[in-house]
Amino acid sequence: MQKITRENLIEKASELLANGTVSCVLGWGKGEFGYDVTPTIFKTAEDMKNGFVFNDFCGANFSKYLVSKTQKIDGKILVFLKPCDTYSFNQLLTEHRFDREKVYAVGIPCEGMADVSKVKEIAGDGITSVDSEGNAIIVSTLYSDEPVKVNTADVLAERCINCKSKKHVAYDELLGEEGETLESARFDEVARLEAMTPDERFAFWQNELSKCIRCNACRDACPACTCEKCVFDNPASGVENKSPANSFEEKMFHIIRAFHVAGRCTDCGECSRVCPQNIPLHLLNRKFIKDINEFYGEYQAGAEVGSRAPLVNYTTEDLEPGEVFDRRDENA
Amino acid sequence: MRKISLDKLQSLFAKIAENAKLYMPVDNADGSASYGEWSEGTAWSDALNTAKSPKDLFFPQTEDLMRFKTEGKNIECIDIRSEVEDFVVFGVRACDAKSFDILDRVFLSEPRDSFYAMKREKGVIISVACTRPAETCFCSAFGINAAEPTGDVSAWKTADALYLQANTEKGSKLLDSLGDILEDTSDAEVAAQKENIAKIMDKLPLKDVSTDAFGGGKTKELFDDPAWDELSSACLGCGTCTFVCPTCQCYDIKDFNTGNGVIRYRCWDSCMYSEFTRMAHGNNRLTQKERFRQRFMHKLVYYPENNDGLFSCVGCGRCVAKCPISMNIVKVMKKIGGNKGE
Repeated sequence: MQKITRENLIEKASELLANGTVSCVLGWGKGEFGYDVTPTIFKTAEDMKNGFVFNDFCGANFSKYLVSKTQKIDGKILVFLKPCDTYSFNQLLTEHRFDREKVYAVGIPCEGMADVSKVKEIAGDGITSVDSEGNAIIVSTLYSDEPVKVNTADVLAERCINCKSKKHVAYDELLGEEGETLESARFDEVARLEAMTPDERFAFWQNELSKCIRCNACRDACPACTCEKCVFDNPASGVENKSPANSFEEKMFHIIRAFHVAGRCTDCGECSRVCPQNIPLHLLNRKFIKDINEFYGEYQAGAEVGSRAPLVNYTTEDLEPGEVFDRRDENA
Repeated sequence: MRKISLDKLQSLFAKIAENAKLYMPVDNADGSASYGEWSEGTAWSDALNTAKSPKDLFFPQTEDLMRFKTEGKNIECIDIRSEVEDFVVFGVRACDAKSFDILDRVFLSEPRDSFYAMKREKGVIISVACTRPAETCFCSAFGINAAEPTGDVSAWKTADALYLQANTEKGSKLLDSLGDILEDTSDAEVAAQKENIAKIMDKLPLKDVSTDAFGGGKTKELFDDPAWDELSSACLGCGTCTFVCPTCQCYDIKDFNTGNGVIRYRCWDSCMYSEFTRMAHGNNRLTQKERFRQRFMHKLVYYPENNDGLFSCVGCGRCVAKCPISMNIVKVMKKIGGNKGE
């Protein structure tokens, strides 16, 4: 269960709407089953009472929405940011993607968000409602007479199990207590892939990427993918494609995208969350993050506004390409 | 009505596969299911439904249409169509079975789509009644009964047996070809099963989704509804809903330059994409709101207008389960439909 409640957030938003600090609120909108929340703009406190939710399923990262929403509103927009969302927020500011003056950011603590597919594995299918209670989620389903109690810790999203930070790196106001950056095991899976032979690794990725249906949800949800017009949507580019027409998607699309966001990806995990085919896309990005850390020293994209990412910064200490090449043999 | 005990399912599959390729839902390592070709030992998935619909087997996401070969100043046009082998799709749910009625009206009306038609002629659909509908299911909104799936053969799975009944000539021919592996039985044995399904259908949270506000002739009334702004506000513009949909039928035709020729292929298109139906004059839907509205107006108004009131949604719930921001046709129908009902 989250330390901050829906009511706390509505109260804060109502206050900021009433005193004119903000003109609208970007929050999670109520769905049909409790776990299916939709990013929604609320204009009044009344709207929030009717349709706003905050529960263990509010994983969606709102930072990217600020790019489009700040262009459409008068006044400021209130956005609630979980710790991991604040890294995307800063990274977008670093890239001048939205006007900071148009946003009032309220940092909110996060105890980790649940992955509904994991809830289904335990509680069964046919979920009709989910309610948080202490360290558990009470799940009502069509097929069990009694609600099923699921430990929240057992159903956390992968990115939350491997949470990198409970600390907010950006906000105008913070609700609740500030957390710390964490040591996580997020690179373990990358290390496992690195330990494979090239053939095994190729087979792993071919198997995963061949599932791609090229819906572009990973790109469209990614806070680092904010090009106004993506090259892959431009018919004149020669590489535009809207379906896995050939092995290009299997071998290139996701890898090109990972290169494009390398050094800019904050590891928010939205790509894997939204993938309808359950491809672990975040592992491609984590490989880059791990390599950057090892080659150039620890670097966390979005930790501060305006930092120069190692890949776009030259220092005399930078390692020589030959060292990278040698390292390849160690991994092979 | 015929039956076979569940422990003999593999021999049924083997028998079908003697004369035709057999496809059925199989489990994936990640917990989802997808249609795969059966070979000895392949287990039929218990999943309610597959990630992608069986539409893919008749109207694949990508399909080569023809080739061109250039030599000097000559261009040779190569027709690459070849005979489609007989195939059987087993385990199609009632919603997906109904989707073929919708696709047929598009692809089998003149000018007939020969690629789709060849597969429809050769493919036999064995549907299976649902035993565990999900919270995302709303097929009943479109007059579909999960207990009475259509298709060439309908099947019901009980605790110990699979019951089969042919609905078409193709279906009868298939069942007859299976010889004495199936035993004759009465309809009564599946009656209890049907009742059970009806009881669950009655408990589904989305059972009251109504189509009343929609249908042919509603364009003027619904097109400028102010709710489209709010509904489309968070849409990412990805193609997930369209690509998991069993009834979406839009495609694009593209040329792949091979260096000494061209492969002309088609691929599913998505009305959610910015270059969808882009024309020489530019794009006719410039904002995501317009693209979003197109998707739902097509399914709920334009298609029924041109197809005797038939809606082009079957309530399978894939888009409900898969949309990254949980916006979907149910929310659209409730919001826009609700506005009209007030």
